[in-house]
Amino acid sequence: MAVDEVSFEVQEGEIFGMVGPNGAGKTTTIECIGGLRRPDAGRILVLGLDPQAKGYALRERIGMQLQESALPDRIKVWEALDLYASFYRPSDDWRPLLEQLGLVDKYNASFAKLSGGEKQRLSIALALLGDPELVFLDELTTGLDPQARRAMWDLVRGIRDRGKTVFLTTHYMEEAERLCDRVAIIDRGRIIALDTPENLIQGLGVDSRVVFSVEGTFSLELLQTLNGVSRVEQSGERVTLYGQGEALVGQVINLLTERGIRFRDLRTERPTLDDVYLALTGREMRD
Amino acid sequence: MRGLGKLIWVKLKLFFREPEAFFFTLIFPVLMLFVFGSIYGNEPLDIFGGRGTVDMSVPAYMGIIIATTGLMSIPISVATDREKRVLRRLRTTPVRPHTIITAWLVMYFGITLVGALLLVAAGKLVYDMRFDGNVLYVFLAFTLGTLSFFALGFVVASLAPTGRTANIVGMVLFFPMIFFSGATIPWQTLSEGVQRVGRALPLTYVVQLLQGLWFGEPWSEHLLKVAVLLGMLIVGVVVSAKTFRWD
Repeated sequence: MAVDEVSFEVQEGEIFGMVGPNGAGKTTTIECIGGLRRPDAGRILVLGLDPQAKGYALRERIGMQLQESALPDRIKVWEALDLYASFYRPSDDWRPLLEQLGLVDKYNASFAKLSGGEKQRLSIALALLGDPELVFLDELTTGLDPQARRAMWDLVRGIRDRGKTVFLTTHYMEEAERLCDRVAIIDRGRIIALDTPENLIQGLGVDSRVVFSVEGTFSLELLQTLNGVSRVEQSGERVTLYGQGEALVGQVINLLTERGIRFRDLRTERPTLDDVYLALTGREMRD
Repeated sequence: MRGLGKLIWVKLKLFFREPEAFFFTLIFPVLMLFVFGSIYGNEPLDIFGGRGTVDMSVPAYMGIIIATTGLMSIPISVATDREKRVLRRLRTTPVRPHTIITAWLVMYFGITLVGALLLVAAGKLVYDMRFDGNVLYVFLAFTLGTLSFFALGFVVASLAPTGRTANIVGMVLFFPMIFFSGATIPWQTLSEGVQRVGRALPLTYVVQLLQGLWFGEPWSEHLLKVAVLLGMLIVGVVVSAKTFRWD
């Protein structure tokens, strides 16, 4: 079973993210919501419609970009848009989408000749045809370089800002944290947490980190005595201190200065969704 | 059937962007007619019951075209589109499955028909080909043969997991059929043993039905052929309807 008792609601006008490792059940969930797959049990309502009974009526009002779905190699960008636009009523004007997604100069290019990012942008353009109220974006940035990924984030925010609801899946925790208004963490087919990224990170009481390098030797035990420190690790010159509380950094710097310990490259790392995932599952998220 | 027109039009353009596909469907049969026409001419021959080589070849080569679209183009294209998730992408839109399948059928039937008409034009203009049949009857027989092979092609497309498998299965069916059915080599010149193999191949019935009606023979002489092809059509539709996967 890929998905087991997944329960959530998506609010209008938000970017809702479902995040979890590959094989956690994200695509299965999207396919059930879009009416492409029949769930064994349970109830789904999307825009007030049952995806199984009213799949076609539903797909008039939603846009879906599914992972790994593709177009024929030799179809041209404009032909794909023109074709897919004809599936909606009223047949949508697809030309503005070319502009919005930066595909104007790829108008006459074959699908096979597009870069990974361009293919994804075309795929989003197709998902935006028919002026959908709700847009599903499945593993949108997988395989894209960091720059293209950031551009894609701006694009997704733009979709939300035009009043649409976005449901996206990703296995990049950073992406979920930066992009989503609310995040559902899914693991082995179950939702193990659902909230805003901020609340998830704070609510779990996951430790912040203070990282710095020291010269010479000193006793780690000194640091252990500080308020709110849960553990300290050292590897070579590099010291990592885990703990909680606003005063943590200040205490560390005070202590080091008082004792005359020379340190450099001190920085704090606030916990991320990766840490939340680790805390919840006891496992690291892998890319 | 929203989107049908655009689906047909795009599919047609994609077909013409694959040189192998349109060469073997539209050009190759006409070239063959010119090659054998230039060797044998179209003089009446006893072995063909007083017909010429071109008279026999035009309806026979229609069998090659039908087998090419049915056993090669359809299985490869449909299985490849499924493998590459092109079909999955289509299914995320409100387009109805029957619209997609209708578009495929219309497009491939159109291509097959154009191939047949090119043969007729070449035979008529270059070799003064004889035709003693009823155009409507021949068209009906052509349609039956074409649809029954499309049905077989959809069975291959449904069962083949990848485009490559579909290609191989298609070829395994295609080559014996075009050589042992009288489609390329005239049936009358095949040995007894080869004819026995040929009688097990559905393309033989397409070729003989077309040739028979071409020369004005009544349907009543060809009921077995019609029954075989109708049977293949029905079984093919049922099997592919039960086994076809979009994903």
